[in-house]
Amino acid sequence: MMIVDPRARIADKKGWGNYFLLSFESPRIASESCAGQFIMVRISAHPYPLLRRPFSIHSKDERHIEIFFKVAGTGTALLSQKKTGESVDILGPLGKGFSADTAVEGEEVAVVGGGRGIAPLYFLAQELRGRRVSPKIFYGGKSLEDIPLKEKFEREGFDVRFSTDDGSCGYKGFVSDFLHEELEKLSASRIFACGPEAMMKKIALAARVRNIPAEFSLESQMGCGFGVCWGCVKRIRKNGKAIWAKVCEEGPVFSGEDIIWPESEE
Amino acid sequence: MTDLSVDLGFIKLKNPVIASSGTFGYGLEFAPFFDLSKLGAFVVKGLYFSPCEGNPPPRLVETSSGLLNAIGLQGIGVQRFSEEILPKLRKFKTAIIVNICGQSDEEYASSIEFLDRQKGISAYELNISCPNLKRDGLCPALDPKATFSVVSLAKKRSSRPVITKLSPNVTDIIEVAISAQEAGTDAVSLVNTFLAMAVDVESRKPVLANVFGGLSGPAIKPIALRMVYQVANRLKIPVIGMGGITSGKDALEFLIAGARAVSVGTANLIDPEATLRIIEELERYCHERGIKRIEELIGSIKA
Repeated sequence: MMIVDPRARIADKKGWGNYFLLSFESPRIASESCAGQFIMVRISAHPYPLLRRPFSIHSKDERHIEIFFKVAGTGTALLSQKKTGESVDILGPLGKGFSADTAVEGEEVAVVGGGRGIAPLYFLAQELRGRRVSPKIFYGGKSLEDIPLKEKFEREGFDVRFSTDDGSCGYKGFVSDFLHEELEKLSASRIFACGPEAMMKKIALAARVRNIPAEFSLESQMGCGFGVCWGCVKRIRKNGKAIWAKVCEEGPVFSGEDIIWPESEE
Repeated sequence: MTDLSVDLGFIKLKNPVIASSGTFGYGLEFAPFFDLSKLGAFVVKGLYFSPCEGNPPPRLVETSSGLLNAIGLQGIGVQRFSEEILPKLRKFKTAIIVNICGQSDEEYASSIEFLDRQKGISAYELNISCPNLKRDGLCPALDPKATFSVVSLAKKRSSRPVITKLSPNVTDIIEVAISAQEAGTDAVSLVNTFLAMAVDVESRKPVLANVFGGLSGPAIKPIALRMVYQVANRLKIPVIGMGGITSGKDALEFLIAGARAVSVGTANLIDPEATLRIIEELERYCHERGIKRIEELIGSIKA
C-alpha cells in the first residue's frame, strides 16, 4: 500500500560530514513499511530538482521513518539543508524488501553494508531481532568517517564489526573480503547485503561458492519509484530468462541467484 | 459549475486533461492513488505487436527542470495487454487510448487489427515519434511522406479514431502535421520528446547507454507551446497539446494557444495525482472568472 504524505514533518536530523539522518513523522507510511523498502522524497515543490529521489527506509518506530544518506548531488545536497520542523512530500513505502519474515529463531544471518549501503540494514537488523535472530553485522567504509553509524549500532547492542579500506577502524580492507574470511568461521545460513555494486558482486560470488542464499538491495536511478517509467531496470533472471526488471517494483531487494551482475569496466 | 467537457469531434471528453503515454504505465498503476474515471482520458504505454525488451540502462537522467529518457518502449505487446490489462481497465468511465508503436507501417496496422477486435478502447495514438529506437532518433514523424504512409494505412485498417503523435525534432512541424491530416488522422498530439543527450564529465561517456534520449518536463514547455500554437492555427482537426505541463496554468496556456485537450506526462512521475490537481486548477480558474464552458478558452489567444 503506497501512500503520498505531502506534509511529512522532519522530526529529527543528524549529520556527520556528508552523511545525514532525517526522521520524518509519517505514521501511516511507518505502519506499512518493511525492511528493504524505500520511499521517494520530493526535494522541491518547484521544478528543480524535478524528480523525487529514492531512499531506503533506515529505521522506523510507530510514528516515524528515518532515512540515511550521503550527499552525492544536487538533490541530496538540498535535502541535507532542510531543517527540523520543515515538511517534505514523501511517497512510500515502495518496492519489495528483504525476506526477514522467513528468518527463524537461532538462525545465523550475516548482514553486510558498505558505505551508505548500510541505510536499509539497520531496519533489517531491527526486524531480525524482533524475530529473535541476532544477525552478525559487517559494516565497512573507506575510512572511519564513512562509518558514521558505528555508535548507533553499538549503542543498540547489535553484534557488529567494522572494516575500513585504510584500516582507520576495524579490519583493514574491503568489507567483502572481511566477510569472505569470516565466512570460514561462521555457519551463516543467509546473507543480506547492500552497498556498491562491486562489493555486492563479490559477496554474491562468495555466497554462491558456499551455497548460502543471499539477498541484495540494488541501487538505481529512478524516475518515479512506483513502476510506471521503466527507467530503473537491472538485468534479472526470471523464469530462466534474462530480462530488464524494474528495481522499484520487483526490487530493490533481489535474490543473488536472480541478479545478473554487469561485467566490471576496468 | 463550469462545463469542463471538450469535444474532439470523434469523441467527447469529460474534461480536457489526458494522461500521456509512457508516464502512466498501463493505467492500473495509478488506481491506488485516485479514481481514473475522473480523467478526460489516459493513454497507455506504447505497445508493439510483440513484447519489447527495451534499451539497456542507464535509461534516464535528470537535467535542469527536465527528464532525459531512453527507455526504448519496453512493454508487453498487444496480445498480453488485451488479455491481462484491458479487461481491468473497462470498469473506468474514461476514454482509454492505446499508444501503438511499430518497426514498419505493417506492424502498426497489424496491432490495430488485433486491438480492433477488443472492447473498451476509445482511440489509438500512433507513436511515430519516439526518438529512442534508432541511432539519431529516426522515426516516421521526421518525414511528411513517411508520416502520410503510416497514417493512411492505419486509418484504412482501423475502425476507431486515430490520433497521430508528432515529433518536435523537425525543421517544420506544420508540414508533418498537414501530412498527417491529409492522410486522414482524426487528431494530432504534440509534442513527443526532444532528441537530447547528457555527458558524464568523469568518464567522458554519454550518460545514457543509448547515447541519445528524449527530453521532457518543464524545460521543454515553451517550445512545445509554440509548436502547438503553430499547428493549431493551420489544422482543421483537433490538436492535443503536451510538453512539460505540470500545473493548471500550464494547461491553460496550451488551451488558449489552441489545443482542444492537453496531455500531462512527466508530472505524473513526480506527483501521481498531478492530473487530478490540474483538473481542479482548471475548474477553479474558470469558476473564478465566470467562464461557463472551458471550450470558450480554446484558441482564445489574442495574438
